[in-house]
Amino acid sequence: MSFAWAKQYEPKSAFTKWVDEKLPLPRLVYNAVGAGYPVPRNLNYMWNFGVLAGFCLVLQIVTGVILAMHYAANTEVAFGTVEHIMRNVNYGWMMRYAHANGASFFFIVIYLHIFRGLYYSSYKAPREMIWLLGVVIFLLMMATAFMGYVLPWGQMSFWGAKVITGLFGAIPFIGEPLQIWLLGGFAPDNAALNRFFSLHFLLPFVIAGVVILHIWALHIPGSSNPTGVEVKKESDTVPFHPYYTSKDGFGLGVFLILFTFMVFFLPNMLGHPDNYIEANPLSTPALIVPEWYFLPFYAILRAFTADLTIPFTGIVLIEAKLLGVIAMFGSILVWFFLPWLDKSPVRSGHYRPMFKKFFWFGLIPCMALLTYVGGAPAEEPYVLLSQIATAYYFLHFLVILPIVSQIEVPKPLPYSITEAVLGSDDKPGGTDGGGDNPQAVVKPLPGSDPDGSLQPAE
Amino acid sequence: MTIRLAGILIGLGITAVLVLWSLIPGAYNYAFGPPAEKPAYYVFKEKPVAPEGGFSFDGPLGKWDYAQLQRGYAVYKQVCSACHGLKYVAFRNLEELGYTEAQVRAEAATWNVPGIDPNTGEATTRPGEPTDYFPNPYPNDVAAAAANNNAIPPDLSLMTKARKDGTNYVYSLLNGYVDPDPEKLAKAQENGFETPPGLYFNPWFSNVNLAMPPQLYPDLITYDDGTEATVPQMSADIAAFLTWTAEPSLVQRKQTGWFVIAFLIFATGLAFLSYKQIWAGKKAKKK
Repeated sequence: MSFAWAKQYEPKSAFTKWVDEKLPLPRLVYNAVGAGYPVPRNLNYMWNFGVLAGFCLVLQIVTGVILAMHYAANTEVAFGTVEHIMRNVNYGWMMRYAHANGASFFFIVIYLHIFRGLYYSSYKAPREMIWLLGVVIFLLMMATAFMGYVLPWGQMSFWGAKVITGLFGAIPFIGEPLQIWLLGGFAPDNAALNRFFSLHFLLPFVIAGVVILHIWALHIPGSSNPTGVEVKKESDTVPFHPYYTSKDGFGLGVFLILFTFMVFFLPNMLGHPDNYIEANPLSTPALIVPEWYFLPFYAILRAFTADLTIPFTGIVLIEAKLLGVIAMFGSILVWFFLPWLDKSPVRSGHYRPMFKKFFWFGLIPCMALLTYVGGAPAEEPYVLLSQIATAYYFLHFLVILPIVSQIEVPKPLPYSITEAVLGSDDKPGGTDGGGDNPQAVVKPLPGSDPDGSLQPAE
Repeated sequence: MTIRLAGILIGLGITAVLVLWSLIPGAYNYAFGPPAEKPAYYVFKEKPVAPEGGFSFDGPLGKWDYAQLQRGYAVYKQVCSACHGLKYVAFRNLEELGYTEAQVRAEAATWNVPGIDPNTGEATTRPGEPTDYFPNPYPNDVAAAAANNNAIPPDLSLMTKARKDGTNYVYSLLNGYVDPDPEKLAKAQENGFETPPGLYFNPWFSNVNLAMPPQLYPDLITYDDGTEATVPQMSADIAAFLTWTAEPSLVQRKQTGWFVIAFLIFATGLAFLSYKQIWAGKKAKKK
C-alpha cells in the first residue's frame, strides 16, 4: 500500500532482476524505507525518533549478544562474570557501558517518540493500530529492561527484583502463589536469575517482531506530520530516500555524539553505586530505587499510602499496595484507550489552543515531577507531590482530554502540507483541511478504493 | 462517547480515592502532625571532598599518576590488606601501574595465596604467581566478622564505584576521623545519638559510626619515592589506587572517547551538509 505516485522498484542488472523474481526483498526495503515510500515533506526533528529507536534496538541486541557470550546467569558467579567482562574481555568495558547506557538512551528516545505521538495526536484515526502496537512495544521494553537490570546481581538488582516481583503479591487470593511461581522461590535467587536471563535474551526479538508490525501498520496510512493535515497530492510528499535517510542520518549522528559522550565520559552517571556491591539478601539498601526511566511509574505506585476503607468502620476494601499496583499498570493501560478518549478531529497540538496549554503546562511538568519524586525517599513533602502529580496524570488522560476535545475551538488548519511549507498552494486560502469536521481531515487516501477502504500492504 | 464517559468516571474515581484517602490525610498529618524526624546522626553528615588539587585522572583529559598509584599500592599492601581483600585484581594487573614483568613476578611471590599441597592434597598456602588474584585475608565471612567486632571488612576492588563520588569518599573517610563538633554533639545527644564502644566517629560514613578504627598515622609507612607520608597524602594515594582497581580501563576509556567523538563530529558534519544539499530545493524560500 502506498500513494499512487510512489516510485516503483525497477531492478536494473540481471542479478537484481533474478533476486526480485525469487525473493523480492530489495523491493520490500525499497518500498519500506527507500525511494518507494512517499513521506510528508514537512516532518520536523521529532519524527527522527522512530529511526533512532530502531537503531537502539539493534545496538542493544548486538552488544547484548556479545555480553551474553561472557556472562553466566548463576548467583554464585554472575557479579564476578560482569567484572570479568569489565576487566579481562577485550573492550568488554565498552560493550557493557554501551549496553547499560544504551538502555537509558533507548528509553530517552522512546519517551520523546511517545511525547511526539501525544502532542501531534499520532494515535488518531487512521493510525490507532500503530499506537496500540507502540504501547505493546513499550510494555515489552519495560519488562526487558527490568530483567536486564537484575542480571549483574548487584544490590539494586536483587532488591529491585524483590520489590517489583513483590507487586504481584498484592493481587488478592492468587498473589502469593503467583509471586512464588514467577520467581521459582520465595525470594529472588538462582531460579529467578536464570529465567530472567532467558527472558531478557528472548524479549528483544519479540520486540523486533512487534516493531515489524508497527512499521507495517505505519505504511498503510503513511506517516503523520506536524500539521496533522493528511497528504493530498504528490507535492505534499518527498521520497523517504534520499530525503529522510539524509535527515535521519544527521539526527543519528547527533544522537551518537551524545550517547558516546555518556559511554566514554560519564558511564555510571545514570546507574546506581549500590549495584557495584554484590547482592546480599541480608542487607537492605537505605533507599531502593529503580532505574531512572521507571521513576514516574514508581512514583505512581507509591502515591497510594492508605488503604481504601469504609470510613469509621475500619473495613478495608482495597489495600494501599494493591491500589498502587492497579494505578501503576493503569497509568500505561490508559494509553490503549487514548485514540477513543481524545475525539478532537484536529490532530496537531499546534492548532489546539486548550490542548496545547494542558500539554505543556500540565502533562510535561507532571511527568517531570513524577520522575523527580520517584527517586526521592518516601517522606514528606515528596509523598504529597507524588500524589498531586499522580492525580493530575489520571485527570489529564481520562477527564481533561475527553472534555477538551469536546469544547475546544481549534485554529484554522492549512489547506495542505504544501501550503504549510511553501505558504501557498494551487488552492490557496480555505481551511479545507479541518475545522470541527473529522471527515474533512481524515480524507480517503489516494490509491485507496472508491469506498475509502484501504488495500492490504505490499 | 461511551468510552469517554467511562473514562471520565474512572478518572474521577481514581482521583477521588487518591485524594480522599491518601492525599488529604497525608497533607493533614504533614501540616499538623508531629514533624518527621531525621535520624540523630544527620547533623554530622558531610559530603565527600576532593584533596587539594584534585586527582590526576579527573576530567576528560585525566591520566594516571603512576607514582601515586604505586604509593597507593604500598599503602594497600602495608595497611589495608590486613583486613580487606581485592578479589577482582590479579597480580599481573600490577604491570599497568608501571612495574616490569620481573618486578610483578617478585612482588606476587611476596604474597601467600591459598594452594594445595601436591603431595598430600591438603589445603596450604604458597607464594603467589602473576596469574593469581589478591588473596582474601580471611578464610570466610564468619572468620572476618569474628575478628572485627562483628563487622565484615568489605572487599575493596570496586569500592570507589560502589559509593557516591567514590574516589573523594575514600579520601575523605580515611582522612576524616575527627572529633565531633561539640555544639552538634550536644544537640544530637539530646536525640539519643551516641558512638558506642568499638565504633569510631567519622562524619563521612553513612551513619557516622564506623567499625574501622583510624588506620593512617603520619609516617606510618616509608614511601620508596621519598614522598612524606602524611595522612592526607596516604589517603589520596590509596583513593587513587582504589580508583584504578575499580576501573583499570578508566584512562583508556576517556582516550578512546576522544577518538570516537572526534570521528562522530566529522561524520555528523558531513551528514549535515548532505542533508542540506539534498533538501535545498524542497524548503520554502526565506521571505
